[in-house]
Amino acid sequence: MSGPSSMRTPLARVRNLGASHSGTSDFWRQRLTAVAMTLLIVPVVVVVIMLIGRNHAGAAQILGSIPIAIILLLFIIASTWHMKIGMQVVIEDYIHNEKLKIASVMANNFFCVAVAMASIYAILKLSSGV
Amino acid sequence: MALSIVHRATGLALYFGTLLLAWWLIAAASGPTAYANVQAFTGSAIGKLIVFGYTWALMHHLCSGIRHFVWDLGYGFKANEREALTWGALVAGIALTMLIWIIAYAVGGGR
Repeated sequence: MSGPSSMRTPLARVRNLGASHSGTSDFWRQRLTAVAMTLLIVPVVVVVIMLIGRNHAGAAQILGSIPIAIILLLFIIASTWHMKIGMQVVIEDYIHNEKLKIASVMANNFFCVAVAMASIYAILKLSSGV
Repeated sequence: MALSIVHRATGLALYFGTLLLAWWLIAAASGPTAYANVQAFTGSAIGKLIVFGYTWALMHHLCSGIRHFVWDLGYGFKANEREALTWGALVAGIALTMLIWIIAYAVGGGR
């Protein structure tokens, strides 16, 4: 198909295909989530400082308040998505064995989704007050 | 200056550091005993060191990321501009880390 005798030009063969074979969508999402976190970092740091030195009851009350829960949920979604893309770039840069690369990319997805879901579940549980 | 690799290294540190953030949130959702365990860890010498390192990694990655964003927009490619952006990110990352910890101690230290 893509051997020397192919009629497709070299550019046509590589267009939209990075090492991830999914084009430039990850590049865009990496920037999108980065800008989101740049906007969210000040409120997130304020929330963390609000929690320092508080016992469980105080911390749970703050974390369960609606605006704080929403800020943290947005930050968690942006950061775990950003993490997933960033780690995939690192994997594709350094791991050249195809099978190991696919396994690593898969493990990376599992890790990031697990961290995201665990954190989201915790915040929703705190918000529901049970 | 070879700060690109530091951007990548801090990104990797933050990747695994997120486990600490998840642990803290899950503990808060679990109850007083679990939350006390997290506080015992973050209050210990090694815990404080890890959280301090996490703060710096986050602030450096943020500032260094803004530097990359400036480049993405097509600015700052002259030699002196590159140097200024790189040093600016390095200094701003350290300064923000110090600022956050000073505020954290001033606000939370007495609680």
